[in-house]
Amino acid sequence: MSDLTNQQATAAATALDLEGTADEVEGGTPPARRRSGGGKARIGRPLAWALLIVIMIASLFPVYWALRTALSNNTAIINDTDNLLPPEFTTFNFERVLTNQSDLSTDELRQFREDVSAVGGNDTNFNIWDPIRHSIVTATLITVGQVFFCAMAAYAFARLKFKGREALFTVFLSALMVPPIFALIPNLILIRDLEIDLYVFQIDMGWLPFADEKSGWTSTYPGLVAPFILMTPFAIFFLRQFFIGISKEVEEAAVLDGAGNFRRFFQVILPMAAAPIFTLALITYVNAWNEFLWPFTAGKELNVITVALNDFRAQTPGTTRPDWSGLMTATFIAGAPILVLFGLFGRKVVDSIQFSGIK
Amino acid sequence: MHHMMTTVEDAIEVTPSSGKKPRRVKSGGGLSDGWGVAFWFLLPAMIGFVLFYFLPTVRAIGISFQDFPLINADQAEWIGLENYRNVLGDDIFWNAVKVTIYYVVLNIGLQTVLALGVAVMMDRLTKSVFVRSILLLPWLLPNVMVGLLWLFMLDPTNGVVNDWLGYFGVDPIGFLSNPSWAIPALALINTWKFTGYTALLLFAGIQTVPGSLYEAAALDGASEFTMFKTITLPLLRPVLALVLVISLIGSFQVFDVVQAAGGGLGGSPGDPLNSTRVLYLYIYDKSFVDGFGKRAGEGAAAATMLMVGLLFITILQLRISRAGESDLA
Repeated sequence: MSDLTNQQATAAATALDLEGTADEVEGGTPPARRRSGGGKARIGRPLAWALLIVIMIASLFPVYWALRTALSNNTAIINDTDNLLPPEFTTFNFERVLTNQSDLSTDELRQFREDVSAVGGNDTNFNIWDPIRHSIVTATLITVGQVFFCAMAAYAFARLKFKGREALFTVFLSALMVPPIFALIPNLILIRDLEIDLYVFQIDMGWLPFADEKSGWTSTYPGLVAPFILMTPFAIFFLRQFFIGISKEVEEAAVLDGAGNFRRFFQVILPMAAAPIFTLALITYVNAWNEFLWPFTAGKELNVITVALNDFRAQTPGTTRPDWSGLMTATFIAGAPILVLFGLFGRKVVDSIQFSGIK
Repeated sequence: MHHMMTTVEDAIEVTPSSGKKPRRVKSGGGLSDGWGVAFWFLLPAMIGFVLFYFLPTVRAIGISFQDFPLINADQAEWIGLENYRNVLGDDIFWNAVKVTIYYVVLNIGLQTVLALGVAVMMDRLTKSVFVRSILLLPWLLPNVMVGLLWLFMLDPTNGVVNDWLGYFGVDPIGFLSNPSWAIPALALINTWKFTGYTALLLFAGIQTVPGSLYEAAALDGASEFTMFKTITLPLLRPVLALVLVISLIGSFQVFDVVQAAGGGLGGSPGDPLNSTRVLYLYIYDKSFVDGFGKRAGEGAAAATMLMVGLLFITILQLRISRAGESDLA
């Protein structure tokens, strides 16, 4: 998915076994490797700390700046551009961005527009709830489907013996080399015409649910999730690493109880790999939430939040009084689920990027 | 790509885990199954692979040799190499190549140097997960959000960056609306986004360097900089090469941020004067926007060339990292 995928190949490769890493990191690894150092180091360390802290602040600042602007009166922003605290603090921007003007009566609407003008806002109706809903549904479907189907495939690659297994795995991974834009025209045509073109014969998929004769699956949930819900090479690679590491004895015990492959998968493998599966689900959800290229191309009328936000910017005219507070409020809201997930489970994501190489 | 993965494993020396990687028990314990069972486990993923990776690849290459109107796809005609000729004869294409390479060089150059610095600092100062989390945050945010955050901060009239520059007597700069600033500004934005992530990968690589080497060097009175140059950098080379190439491939595909911030407030992607018309945008416009995709075949031709270019970079990387592997052994 978009530009994260390639990068995640490394993450995958470096995440060989999380459990090990976490323990070792917590164990306070730094061996007797640090020198007490001479005078140079004594000046050097505080200086390096200062630099690191500056970089940490720089990482957070733009997000803080969006929040600060979202909590300000827009007229005040324009006169007080570098105030580090919200000039003329107000929560009204959140209220107005989250208000769907079509829900208001005529009188309420008049009042609402006056209030919006009072904070220097743009009173065009921007119904943010629809895109939020579209994003939640899309990201949830993709996460559940992709994690489950890729877990199944990863189980086959890690635990089942069949001819051509390694070759097939390599072929799957080669999909990482396909840039999303390269597959974009064929994917759009497939979703639009619901016709699988095998050159020799065409398979008509028009009988599928949600299919529209003219637009196929474009701007429908099935269309938005289709390219991601069945597999990504990254997810299979990621889970396979963990499944390989699960002890054989446990599964063999289940075999003695007469459990078949499917029961072993559900009752042994999935529960034992719950932690990495959760981490993968987290990463998948974030990716799906952030996805832009596909919904921008195939889901204009079922706009997810990233597409809506991009349109919102395109509509904001380059006037002398742009509605920065409104734009930053919408921007902050679009990123809020990611911030919440990150606040709760950031550690898992960080761990997944670290690896087991600490000796 | 599979090779790329194995080289990561080799590169970062996960020997302990690859050494004890449990080999399959020979036909024992009921774990040999054959295709009968495997087929059902693989079926959904296989359908996904065939429908959304394999067939599109074949089809996109086919389209690149056709006069392919997106709206009336059934009227497509085979025209041989004409799309390639048209694209290669298009000044805007070459401008896109130039602009993209300029962007990639700035972005990757800055990002890698910064990330290396951050990784070394973290290695020396702290193993704190909190610090690493904060550095990683920008990488997780939606690209469109990142674009808009900076669209505001870099605005010439209301942006805080220009305010700060004003303290040093610098006149306001239209970072995103000035043709000579637009690409550096976009490169800076994505450098902000990816530095922490890259630093975490490099930090992981540095952890594999044996501490005893530093102790010995310290006894010899080596300075921090000498140690970086003679120990850290050479031993990190395989990891660095890999991280570089993966970031390069990502960087060549810049698109979302250009959509969101290109041209600045009131501008549109590609603005000003095609100065931010990167390859992805060129391909996108040819495929879907210009005349509703009247010449989608040319978009496919440009996309095919991009893919071949990226493959070439990957192959080059394999050579580099193989050449650099044995340092620690």
